[in-house]
Amino acid sequence: MDITEVPVTQKGKSKKKKNKSDKTKSVEQPDKMETDGVEVKEEKTDAAVVFPPTFSVSEIKNKQRRHLMFMKLKQEKRKQKMELKKKKKRQEKLLGKNAPPKQVPKTIENQRVYDETTVDPEDEEVTFDEATDEFSAYFNGITNPKVLITTSDRPRGRTVKFCEQLATVIPNAHVYYRRGLALKRIIPQCIARDFTYLIVVNEDRKVPNGLVLCHLPEGPTAHFKVSSVRLRKELKRRGKDPTEHSPEVILNNFTTRLGHSIGRMFAALFPQNPQFVGRQVATFHNQRDFIFFRFHRYIFKNEKKVGMQELGPRFTLKLRSLQNGTFDSKFGEYEWVLKRHEMDACRRKFQL
Amino acid sequence: MGESSRPCTVWLGSETGILKGVSVSRRQAFNFCDSSQLSRQHEVRTLCWADAAESELLVAAVDGTVKTFSVEKGAFTDMRSCGDSAEGCFVGLAVLDSGATLVTCAESGLLRVWRDESGEPATEIRVGSDVARMRQNPEHRHKVATGGKDNCLKVWDLENPEKPVFTAKNLRNDWLNLRQPHWVKDMAFIPGSDKVVTCTGHHQVHVYDPSTPQRRPVLETTFGEYPLTALSLPAAGGSVVVGNTHGQIAVLDLRKGLVRGCFKGLSGGVRSLQCHASQPLVASCGLDRFLRIHSLEDRRVQHKVYLKSRLNCLLLASRQLEEAGESLGDAEQEVKDEEDDVDEVWDAMEQVEEREENLKRKTSEEEEDSPKRKASGDENPKRKTEEEGENPKRKALGEENSMSETSGEGDNPEKKTSVDEQQQKNKRKRKKAQA
Repeated sequence: MDITEVPVTQKGKSKKKKNKSDKTKSVEQPDKMETDGVEVKEEKTDAAVVFPPTFSVSEIKNKQRRHLMFMKLKQEKRKQKMELKKKKKRQEKLLGKNAPPKQVPKTIENQRVYDETTVDPEDEEVTFDEATDEFSAYFNGITNPKVLITTSDRPRGRTVKFCEQLATVIPNAHVYYRRGLALKRIIPQCIARDFTYLIVVNEDRKVPNGLVLCHLPEGPTAHFKVSSVRLRKELKRRGKDPTEHSPEVILNNFTTRLGHSIGRMFAALFPQNPQFVGRQVATFHNQRDFIFFRFHRYIFKNEKKVGMQELGPRFTLKLRSLQNGTFDSKFGEYEWVLKRHEMDACRRKFQL
Repeated sequence: MGESSRPCTVWLGSETGILKGVSVSRRQAFNFCDSSQLSRQHEVRTLCWADAAESELLVAAVDGTVKTFSVEKGAFTDMRSCGDSAEGCFVGLAVLDSGATLVTCAESGLLRVWRDESGEPATEIRVGSDVARMRQNPEHRHKVATGGKDNCLKVWDLENPEKPVFTAKNLRNDWLNLRQPHWVKDMAFIPGSDKVVTCTGHHQVHVYDPSTPQRRPVLETTFGEYPLTALSLPAAGGSVVVGNTHGQIAVLDLRKGLVRGCFKGLSGGVRSLQCHASQPLVASCGLDRFLRIHSLEDRRVQHKVYLKSRLNCLLLASRQLEEAGESLGDAEQEVKDEEDDVDEVWDAMEQVEEREENLKRKTSEEEEDSPKRKASGDENPKRKTEEEGENPKRKALGEENSMSETSGEGDNPEKKTSVDEQQQKNKRKRKKAQA
């Protein structure tokens, strides 16, 4: 047989790809260029190609061609987006003050489902309820906070350090080793010694993962899940250790009735009168039902600028249950329990 | 004041001392408070109807006072002191002799019968210590049941107060031969028999039968892992609704003791449950400050009301929960009555000459078929009924229709043609199919 040479295209690899893309198009429209392909290809790729309306990029079986088509699609979309943006900017410049207002992007916090238990500050019944609840003794100045911090049995490394650092952050806090004692027996002894709070840090595999906060005379017990614990030496650009001054407390975003109760619980941990000399502040910031704890030292450089140094440990809490009465997980009555399947079903609904 | 209290069908007592009335049809909640100042001393512990007509409520507070609230006037009318707070909070309230006698039970175990506004109780029984609940038998009003922590169920007859009519025995010792702890939290009398259902703090549900010599429970089931705090019997019978401290409410079957289903939505402990006397609804209230009404058939939340304080007790009126439901029922009846009138109206009206094409097509057929159709005219309404209950009614209607037809024919033989009758029958069929 005679060997006939097949003419090889002299262009590079990229153009080969364009050939292929051409061929895909030619599959759809058999009447298109089979002869002109190589020369006219560049123009053809830019020209508007008409596809049947039910065509989607995912129907192409060849991975490389499919990838190419998808990239092109994305580029087209991006182009349209940029054009729109430019148009808007031009309009704004032209109209100046009369330009339509900027659109606010949707966030989950924006789209939050309205909670009917949100506290209205003018509601008499709710103010009475709060004024006479278990924390009234603290808020009326009758008692001063005295906190006992302990852990679950046989704590290891990180948990012990975490407890020590917590004790420096909360004034009038004492750390005691657990040594296998039952909580229900510790509680009457604490009450006898005028403690107002009991904090139990639960440990799992050498890392703190839970926190039980029990208000003592007869108060509610809150159980939290602890995550993202950063001890002092793991913080970057931190300041020196906190001093003995009482810090100020910031409680952010506790809007619902349950949020109010938890906020008051945190507030009652610290003494009523903060010492502004110390310039220390503890923040409990609630966002999407997660409570972020931060401890800073601040300094006002001038009227508008503040410098901040992060001091103490940093951790995140999520409320699991709030129980009426002191710690009694079996027979206590729960005021609120996290039921994941019911409450976490909607992404835009929050409880705190 | 009366206008806000009269439409209320659900009454609740809260920890802040406020009596709340909820009108479900109007979706409104009203607060009724005795004094201008709220106080935790007035925390409402139990509610009870003062009479069978349900025009007055008895509200028992922590400080030992029992107040009467009139639904008609919308205000507290009377107050009497029935013990003090040193004896413990009220756990049960009952009424005998249509309001003349009051029965109260305190946590310390003092069951007292008060007569005629006197300061001293007429009868006093010691029921044991740590009583959790006292309930009255709705059929035999002089019988009450009490129970508490390590305090077995006892049924007392108030006419012979020396000894209880029935004392339950504790369960058998467990497999280690240790005494089983016993903690009755709530109980209810099953109507139609002597039996009593109780729910315990150890997540058990017991059924006792005083008519048998067996003093131990006849039926025993468990639900969940948390103490059961409230119990209620639905009107349909054969089942019981229980709620626990975690906010789980379930309906249990009393024949075998299995869980039939759970009611979802509560996030806090249940303090009180009540099933409606006639409708398949159950109302629940608890520490999460919400009143929820679930339907017993599909176990879905029908209504949810936020009431800003923790709720202690709940009372349902026996009349229809939603008054809109009543008016709907009336409207349905009116529609049925109208149908008879409508047919007569159609018969009396002149024909409308709209569908001439149909007329032309059908005339030839109808002249032949019309006698057959007249005969089957009676049967059509009967065939169209779906519910058997309405059959007699519909048959009556059908007879009336035929009557009206014949009378119509008798009156206006000239106006009517077989065509018109066919048209009217079509219209009637369409109306009935729609209705």
